[in-house]
Amino acid sequence: MSAGTEAAGTAVTSPVRHTPVTARTATPTREHTTVAGGVGQSPARPDGTGKVQGSFAYSSDMWADGMLWGSTLRSPHPHARITRLDIGPALALPGVSAVLTHQDVPGRNTFGLEHRDQPVLAIDRVRYQGEAIAIVAADQPETARRAAAAIVVEYETLDPVTDPESAINGSAPALHPGGNVVRHVPIRKGDVARAASTPGLVVVTGDYTVGMQDQAFLGPESGLAIPAEDGVDLFVATQWLHVDRDQIADALGLAPEQVRITLAGVGGAFGAREDLSMQIHACLLAMHTGRPVKMVYSREESFFGHVHRHPARMHFEHAATPDGRLVYVRARIVLDGGAYASSTSAVVANATTLGAGPYRVDNVEIDGYGVYTNNPPCGAMRGFGAVQATFGYESQMDKLAAACGIGPAEIRMINGLAQGDTTPTGQLLDSPAPVAELVQRVRDMPLPAGVPGARSDGAGDGTADASTAADIRALPGGVANSTHGEGVRRGVGYGIGIKNICFSEDFDDYSTARVRVEVVGGEPMATVHTAAAEVGQGLVTVQQQICRTELGIDTVLLHPADTSVGSAGSSSASRQSYVTGGAVRAASISVRDKILQLAGEHLGVDPVVLRLEPGGAIIGAASPLSLGELLGTSFVEDTVVYRHRPTTTLDPETGQGDPHVQFAFAAHRAVVDVDVELGLVKVVALDCAQDVGKAMNPDAILGQIHGGSAQGLGLAVMEEIQVADGLVRNPSFTDYLIPTILDMPPMQIQVLEYPDPNAPYGLRGVGEPPTISSTPAIIAAIRDATGLDLTHAPVRPQDLVGHLLPA
Amino acid sequence: MRTSEGTMRVPMTINGAERIADDVWPGESLLYVLRERLGLPGSKNACEQGECGSCTVLLDGVPVCSCLVAAGQAEGRSVTTVEGLGGLVGGAHGTAGRGEAGDPSGHAGDGGSGAGPAATLEPVLTPVLTPMLTPIQRAFLAAGAVQCGFCTPGLLVAATDLLRRHPDPSDLQIREALAGNLCRCTGYEKIIQAVHAAAVELAGSGS
Repeated sequence: MSAGTEAAGTAVTSPVRHTPVTARTATPTREHTTVAGGVGQSPARPDGTGKVQGSFAYSSDMWADGMLWGSTLRSPHPHARITRLDIGPALALPGVSAVLTHQDVPGRNTFGLEHRDQPVLAIDRVRYQGEAIAIVAADQPETARRAAAAIVVEYETLDPVTDPESAINGSAPALHPGGNVVRHVPIRKGDVARAASTPGLVVVTGDYTVGMQDQAFLGPESGLAIPAEDGVDLFVATQWLHVDRDQIADALGLAPEQVRITLAGVGGAFGAREDLSMQIHACLLAMHTGRPVKMVYSREESFFGHVHRHPARMHFEHAATPDGRLVYVRARIVLDGGAYASSTSAVVANATTLGAGPYRVDNVEIDGYGVYTNNPPCGAMRGFGAVQATFGYESQMDKLAAACGIGPAEIRMINGLAQGDTTPTGQLLDSPAPVAELVQRVRDMPLPAGVPGARSDGAGDGTADASTAADIRALPGGVANSTHGEGVRRGVGYGIGIKNICFSEDFDDYSTARVRVEVVGGEPMATVHTAAAEVGQGLVTVQQQICRTELGIDTVLLHPADTSVGSAGSSSASRQSYVTGGAVRAASISVRDKILQLAGEHLGVDPVVLRLEPGGAIIGAASPLSLGELLGTSFVEDTVVYRHRPTTTLDPETGQGDPHVQFAFAAHRAVVDVDVELGLVKVVALDCAQDVGKAMNPDAILGQIHGGSAQGLGLAVMEEIQVADGLVRNPSFTDYLIPTILDMPPMQIQVLEYPDPNAPYGLRGVGEPPTISSTPAIIAAIRDATGLDLTHAPVRPQDLVGHLLPA
Repeated sequence: MRTSEGTMRVPMTINGAERIADDVWPGESLLYVLRERLGLPGSKNACEQGECGSCTVLLDGVPVCSCLVAAGQAEGRSVTTVEGLGGLVGGAHGTAGRGEAGDPSGHAGDGGSGAGPAATLEPVLTPVLTPMLTPIQRAFLAAGAVQCGFCTPGLLVAATDLLRRHPDPSDLQIREALAGNLCRCTGYEKIIQAVHAAAVELAGSGS
C-alpha cells in the first residue's frame, strides 16, 4: 500500500471505523472533531421528520390558487414526419385553457445538456416514440389528458434507425445534421501491435452487451410553474437548477434571471433529472395562460419523459503473461444514445477512458462511440458509462483468470492500479488507489452458509438436497415455491470498478455557497444557501455538518435551494460532497475569518490570536467575547465559489490527457444460488468494500452503498427496457422490474478512508462506485454456478435454460 | 352517493376525522381523492398500478394500495394515511389544514405544512424529533431508512400493519411483508434494521 496514508476500516457489518484521518487538504481543516453533528458523524437528516410524517413537499405535491394542470401529447412512432396537426378539437373541450405547439415557443425551440438538438415541441418530424408534440393546460388533470388525446396528428411513418452500428458504418440516413456519430473517442497508449507479438501471451476475447436500464426513481417528473409580471417562477424536482434555468430562459425568450427556480422535494434522481422534462412545457403554459400550471407525469409517461442508461455493445481482447499480468487491452465500445444527444458525449468519454478498468496496463487501444438512432434517448444514469465498460472488462478478467489458471480475486489483485500508476490516458494516480486491498477485503469476508436444503456433510458438488428443510423465501423462485433446493447451484463472483468523480475534460466545474452567521435570541445561528439539489442522498445533512465543523455553531439552517444564489453544478458524477461541500467549507471558513477580523477590531488585538470556539465564544484575547456581543443584531455573510483542480481535454487522436479530477473504487463479492432447471437466480450475499477518502457521514455512505449495489443487482438479473423496432414494450412497474426487499440480500460492507490530499477533508465521491461493481460480480457468480458463458446484462431466464430447450 | 353531473359525494373517516369529498368522478381512485381533494398528499403516486406500494393506506385497518381502490369503495369506511400514524389529524404537523370539509373546487392540495410552494420557502430547520412520531417513524429516521423518502409513507403504513400482526418479526417476515413496497434509494437494508428497532421499542413500551 502506498506510504504515508493511514489504513482504516476492518469492521464488518458495523462498518465504518472512525479512525481520525489526517486530511492533507489544501487549506487546513479546523479540528472540531468534537462538534456534535459535525463532519464524520451521522446526524439526523434535516428533512427526515417531514418525510416520515408525509408533510415533506415533493414536486408532485405542489399546489397554488387557480392552478391548471398540464398534459403532453407524444409521438406513438419512433420515426415519422408530421403531415397534419389540428389542435381545434382539444381547444373545443370545456375546461381547456391552452393548447400549444412549436409555433407557440417564443424563443429557441431546442434544448439539450451538451448539444441543443432536441425540440421543445416537435416541428415536422419526430425521432423517437414519446417525443413531445403539443401541450395542454386544463382545469383538471383528466380534462388535460383527454384534450391531449383529442389533438389530431397525421404522420407519414419512416423506417426507424435502430442499429447503432449503422451510425458508424454510415448505412443509415442521417438523423441530425452532421451524421449519426455523436462522438468517437480513441485511446492509444503504448504499442498494442508490438505487445501482441510477444510470444507466449494468454489472450482472451469476448463480446458483451448491456441492456437499457431505467433510473426508475419513485417520484415521477413533476413541477409547478407560476407566472410573474417579469418572468416565471418554477418549483421543480431537478438535479441542476442553473442548467435548467438557462435552457428554459432560452426557450421562453427571457433573460436567465427572469426564470427563478426553486428546488421542490425530489423523489430520487439517479441521472434521470439531469435533462429537462416538463420544465419548459409548464413554464410555456403558465406564461400563456397567466395562471399557475402543474404537470405530473404518470409512471408510463415517465418512461418516455427521461433518458435512460445507454445500451452497449462491446468487444474486448485482453492479453496477459502466463502468470496473469496484463500486457495489452483492445476494446471497441458502442453506446446507443438514441434520438437526441443528451450527455452521450460525456458518457462515451467515461466508458472509453475507464474502459480498461482499475488495472495497470501499458498498452491500450480503445475506441468508444456514442451514436444517434431512433431508439429512446439515453444519457445520465448512476455510473455514467463506467457501468457498461465494467461489465465488459470484468467479464474478461474472469476469462483471463481461468485461462491463466489463477483465481478471480487474485488476478484483480495482481493487476490492480495503485497510487503512482497511470491510466490509459496517461493520467497519474496521485492519490491512493487501493484496488488490490478492496478485492482482498471482499474475498476475505465470511461466506454465507451453504445452499438452503443442501446436504450438510459437504458431499456432492453443491447441488442442493431437498431432504433437509429450507425456507423457500431464501431460495430462487421464493414464494413461487418452485424449488425446495433441488436443482439449485451456488456460485461466487467478484467485480471491481473505477469511476471518475466530478465533471471531466476541462469542464468549468464549480459550486457556490453563501453562509451567514447571526445571533437570534441569544443563540448563534448559521444559514447555508446553495443551489445544490438534494435528491435523497443526504447532501443537506452534509452541508450542515461541514458548517457546524468549521464554525462550531450547532444550529445550521438551510435556505431552500434556488437560483437566487450562484450555480452549485449538478447533483451527479458523485460530485456534490466534493464541490458543494468544498464551497460550504470555504464559505464557512471565510465567514469565520471575517468574524475574527471584526472581533480583533472590537478587542483591539491581532485577529490571528483569536479563535471561534464551539458555541460561539471568541477566545484568545485578555477577555472573552461572545458572538452575541460582537454582532448584536447584525450578521456576517460571504458567498464563495469553489472549483476543484482543473482537468484537460483528451487528445483527439490518442485520447491522452488528464481528463479526470479524482478516481473512486469499490469492489463486490457476490454469492448466488441458481435454479439451473428454471433459470431463476437468488442473490444470497452481496458484500462490498469501498474507499471513501473520508467518511463524511458514515450512515449516509452505507445508504449509498446499499442503494447503489441494489441498482447494480437490478441490472444484473432483472432490469431492461425492452425496445423493439424503436418501441418500448414495458413502460410500467408491472413489466419493468426493479429489486424488491426480497431480492436484496444482506450486505457486509467495509468502508476505507484513504484521504485524497486534493479534496475537501480528503473525501472521495461515494454515490456511483457501488452501482458499477455489483453487476459484474453477480453475473460472475452466476457463471460460476452454471458454467455458462453469460455475455448480456441483465441475465435472463432464457440465458440460463435456453440451452435446455429444443432448438 | 351520486350528485349532479354524475359526480359523487364520498364521506369517509380519515385519520379519525369525518371527511367528505365532493365532486368525485366515478373513475377517481382513493389516492387521488386523498391527495387532490382532501389535502392529504402524504400518500404518494409512483406507479398507479399497485406495484410500488407508495400509496399504501390502511382501509378499515387493512393495508391497501389506495391507487387501486376506487374512491367510492371507501365510502363510509375508515382510512389511515401516513399523516395519521403519529396521532389524529390536527396534531403536531397540522395536516388538518385546507380542504378539511372537501374543497368543492377540487383544489384542496395543500396538506398544511407541506404541500404549498410557500412551504418550500421556509428554511429547513434542524429536526427536533417530536413526540408525535410513532416508534416506527422514529426508527426509520434513526436507522437512516429514509433517503429521497418517496416510498417512506407507504413503507411506514405497511410496517405499522406488520408490527401489529407480528410484534417481533424475523428478517424473512419483514421481507415478505414489505415485498410490495419498492424503494429505489436504500437497498432496503436500513429499512429492515428500522423495523427491528421499532419492534424492540414497541415491546419495551408495552404497546
